[in-house]
Amino acid sequence: MEYLYNYRIKPEDIAYAEEFRRKPVGHHSPGLQRVLNRLHGMPLAGKPILVCTKPHREWTLALLSGVQGVPPKLVPGKTYRSLHDGLWDIFRTRWKMVTGEDLEQALARHKKTSRRVA
Amino acid sequence: MLKLTAYSNPIHVRPGESVQFKVSCDGLAAYNAQIVRIVCGDTSPEGPGYREIPVPAKVNRRYEGRFQPIHAGSHGEVPANPALDGLASFTVQAFIWPTTPKKGLQGIVSCCSEDGLTGFALVIDDTGALALRLGTGRGSRLVSTGRPLQERRWYLVSASYDARTRRATVAQAYQGRLARRYSAAITTRLREPYAPAEGRPLAMAGIATAAGADRLIVGNHYNGKIDRPRLANRALSEPEIRALCDGIPSALADAVVGAWDFARDIGSEDLSDISATGLQGVTVNLPAGAMTGANWTGEVMDWRVRPEEWGAIHFHDDDLYDAGWQTDFTWTIPGNLRSGVYAARLRSGAHEEYVPFAVGPEPGREAKIAFLMPTASYLAYANEHIATDGIATELTCNFATVADPWSVYLAEHREYGQSMYDLHSDGSGVCYSSRLRPVLNMRPKRESVLGGIGPSRLWQFNADTHILDWLEAKRHRYDVITDEELHERGLDLLSPYRVVVTGTHPEYWSTRMWDALEAWKHSGGRLMYLGGNGFYWRVAYHPALPGVIELRRNEGGIRAWTAQPGEYHHSFDGLYGGLWLNNGRAPQKFVGIGMCTQGFDISSYYRRKPDSHKPKVRFIFEGVGKDELIGDFGLVGGGAAGLELDRVEPALGSPAHLHWLASSEGHTDAYQLTVEELPETYPGLGGEEQGSVRADMVFFETENGGAVFSVGSMTWAGSLSHEGYDNNVSRITNNVLRRFLDPRRF
Repeated sequence: MEYLYNYRIKPEDIAYAEEFRRKPVGHHSPGLQRVLNRLHGMPLAGKPILVCTKPHREWTLALLSGVQGVPPKLVPGKTYRSLHDGLWDIFRTRWKMVTGEDLEQALARHKKTSRRVA
Repeated sequence: MLKLTAYSNPIHVRPGESVQFKVSCDGLAAYNAQIVRIVCGDTSPEGPGYREIPVPAKVNRRYEGRFQPIHAGSHGEVPANPALDGLASFTVQAFIWPTTPKKGLQGIVSCCSEDGLTGFALVIDDTGALALRLGTGRGSRLVSTGRPLQERRWYLVSASYDARTRRATVAQAYQGRLARRYSAAITTRLREPYAPAEGRPLAMAGIATAAGADRLIVGNHYNGKIDRPRLANRALSEPEIRALCDGIPSALADAVVGAWDFARDIGSEDLSDISATGLQGVTVNLPAGAMTGANWTGEVMDWRVRPEEWGAIHFHDDDLYDAGWQTDFTWTIPGNLRSGVYAARLRSGAHEEYVPFAVGPEPGREAKIAFLMPTASYLAYANEHIATDGIATELTCNFATVADPWSVYLAEHREYGQSMYDLHSDGSGVCYSSRLRPVLNMRPKRESVLGGIGPSRLWQFNADTHILDWLEAKRHRYDVITDEELHERGLDLLSPYRVVVTGTHPEYWSTRMWDALEAWKHSGGRLMYLGGNGFYWRVAYHPALPGVIELRRNEGGIRAWTAQPGEYHHSFDGLYGGLWLNNGRAPQKFVGIGMCTQGFDISSYYRRKPDSHKPKVRFIFEGVGKDELIGDFGLVGGGAAGLELDRVEPALGSPAHLHWLASSEGHTDAYQLTVEELPETYPGLGGEEQGSVRADMVFFETENGGAVFSVGSMTWAGSLSHEGYDNNVSRITNNVLRRFLDPRRF
């Protein structure tokens, strides 16, 4: 299966990662929406998702199989106490999968550059 | 994972009637049962609080656990018959349209011993080619054409064996242009003679492996269509095989052992043999009927006009109608039990299962309010695999998938069957759904991937308990009735009620349900449509088989799959399926508003419209300020307007005299206009820009003092309990309900 969207995430899209961290769900800027469409439209095989493992208080990272009859595989140790934390980790993981780049490093770099410009 | 699963039959009862519970324990020695009344199924710490009330009953006790398997996969069965025995020579043939030829061994028509050492099986072999498996007593021989079949193309397939010459012939004749490229035939001589089977049934779309206690176990299920299968008692020539396709020529009458015409039994489980032998068969697990055959011309779209062109059945290896479990216990409803939503709560250690069912009132002792539990819509979503299978799931949610343990379990346990939102393993759409199996998402305490973001990610059954909870909190006496009962009993069911309150998402309606509610509405009934995307798809209940509905996802509508051309009419009742809109009954005509958008992230609020200040409807807004935002709070998505929304559209039939009370605004781009709204495509179809992406709240009068109040949002109910039920959503709902109970005209 292919990506549903052709848009390739660009270095300048890093600003949208900040926007996502502040508000992972809801009204987004058009730029963040374009990034999210790319990430949400990933192929199902190996796609990271969350599974609610304790109602209302714990979520665990899992990988979809993309194959009917093969359930998502939980990733041991990758549990979150809030949905917000889980969604952020998913975003980070997918960012890496899609761009090959570590998001935290990219964000740190971006912060430094913005400070310099300022 | 889930070790305890169960279902009941039926799912709606009245005092004096009985409900059976069928339970399977996976490795659990015992379980305890307790009947409870469900008041609120929402476990969220921010919600009104989970609430169930234990009900004294003799069945509340400990039971031994046992494992009950589910045998999914559909097939045809012709019981063992002397006419099938000792066929030393034979021909077997059919038209087939295989959908997964590469899946591995699949039976098309077979009559053989469990070990395959006697009898024959016409199959698709491991290479995807047509083959004939022949038992020789000590072993078996596979004669294959060696040429893989093409997916979703018609072939006339045949295989014959002549005892005198020991010659077996296998042929796949491609139906269409370039036939030589895809056709193949092989004739070979067997060193050891073929050994026919004795006392064995004939299976279609599978190979019988064993006889269970009460059913034939069939394996090697075939995916795809079969049309006009035939069995003859000698090796037929190619012209004879062709001649047998369209009927039984007199010259071949003596040779034919069985000739099944699926077009004769569309909508039933019967398989009619048109030969003199009369080898009647049945289908198991409801394969899809009224499917276009190899001879479909496309000149006619309704199978009732030329049934002979719809002689195909589409079999699937994951079809499931009736799990067929044994009953563990039966509860007879006591005469004094109040109407409500009940459940058998089953517990074994940390494992828990709920089996909900509706108890209606004793006839003659009805309340004035009926909550119409949308069980047809529950069935449409029964055991959906949206979180794990849906490629577009995240795009409609606009955040990463949050799956729940039950959906993870179903992702593995495909034998629990599919919902009408799923694809079969061969990629074709699921058009039937039954309640004779554990329906793991029709449970209290369960959340759903479609429930948006917020404290309570609820959907369907569990979301509807927000309405029950509110009715209780406001001390309204209500009865619970179901779609299934409405379909069975029609207007009579509704006649005692002054007010009918819908669930949050009454999307699927049979024609009889629709007609009954319409008639009631105009006989003075007052309808409170407290949901979103209601009255959208037409479905058919089976006229004889209990607890199963059919849906054809025809052109138009937000749909998880699309019915194939020529397959737009139900097999159950012959009616044209699909959207009610495309059947001349737009929801706007019925409840003033109709589905216009969906999105599964955050919900929003309503703002009052000028109509809301008119004296006629002042009662609705008593205690609500002129500029107050309505429902800018809530458990599902954080607002009263969310998930799936309906809007006013006069062109589609919103009555001219309706009062347009309020509209929602400020939706995100997860909310896009529905496809049937779009004759053309253009940018900006989402909530951030589109004025038509909204929920409209309306009121209008019907005949004889009847009325309709509609909110057009699935999350309205999730806002009812806010601030101890003291909020404007609760106030408006209560104002309407109290006035609707008052028989005076508006």
